[in-house]
Amino acid sequence: MAAPSSSNWVMESPHVPHVLAVDDNLIDRKLVEKLLRNSSCKVTTAENGPRALELLGLTSGGQNTMNGRSKVNLVITDYCMPGMTGYELLKKIKESSVMKEVPVVIMSSENIPTRINKCLEEGAQMFIQKPLKQSDVKKLTCQLMNCEI
Amino acid sequence: MHSNSFHCSLSLSLYSSTMDRAHSRRHVASMKQSLFDQGYLDEQFIQLEELQDEANPNFVEEIVTLYYRDSSRLISNLENTLERKPLDFNKLDTIMHQFKGSSSSIGAKKVKAECTLFREYCSAGNAEGCRRSFQQMKKEYAALRKKLETYFHLARQAGPLETAFRPK
Repeated sequence: MAAPSSSNWVMESPHVPHVLAVDDNLIDRKLVEKLLRNSSCKVTTAENGPRALELLGLTSGGQNTMNGRSKVNLVITDYCMPGMTGYELLKKIKESSVMKEVPVVIMSSENIPTRINKCLEEGAQMFIQKPLKQSDVKKLTCQLMNCEI
Repeated sequence: MHSNSFHCSLSLSLYSSTMDRAHSRRHVASMKQSLFDQGYLDEQFIQLEELQDEANPNFVEEIVTLYYRDSSRLISNLENTLERKPLDFNKLDTIMHQFKGSSSSIGAKKVKAECTLFREYCSAGNAEGCRRSFQQMKKEYAALRKKLETYFHLARQAGPLETAFRPK
């Protein structure tokens, strides 16, 4: 599959998006992982922002720990996390030259318009209310796969 | 005659075990209905059941078991934090935010409501309210846990059919 020369995006195979799911809550991590797998995605999970950045190869070492073979096609992150929030993670991704094209989806249990707007303004693809449902994830992955094709 | 009575007793035992299974399944269904009617569970629990498949036939029970483990840790954390003087409302709220999140994700409706109330007391800096609400939340959690343990036990006995029906 040919990739545009300006982008690092090559999907491993046309219909298997690789999603990085970030959430400090164990139950929510399990749930989002299952929801994504049910939508035929490959999933990597991270407990916090710094770990997510590490997996994306955005830490000072600059090494993409996923070896250039399994690039992430979507990041889905919780907003409220101790240390680095989902918003801060979003910013770091959008500020990077390598990863700024990756769609980032923010999840939150709280429906706060200023929070939602802030994230969308910073370039978030979508804001999803928790608890996550299968229909939310299906909608998301359909969008993602349409974009890629 | 010998072979007739053998066939008769075989059919009879097959019939009675089929009836037992049907009865068990009705029991599970009615228990589930009552968990919804009494407000212990909400729609999110159905979402979990719909995620169960042949690859993960025990997904709901597994995730609920994780919830128990996580909840024990959070409750313990809350208890310790409630003993400090003066109360650290920010910390209490942070812990309860976690607990509310997990409870919401598994569809634990009453527990989630108590968590919300507790957080309101935290915002208001109401120590007595927090303590009362914490006790109430523990009661709701214990009640839910007991009901779910019974429910999963019955569900396992009844067999894999009839999981993700939507209650009326």
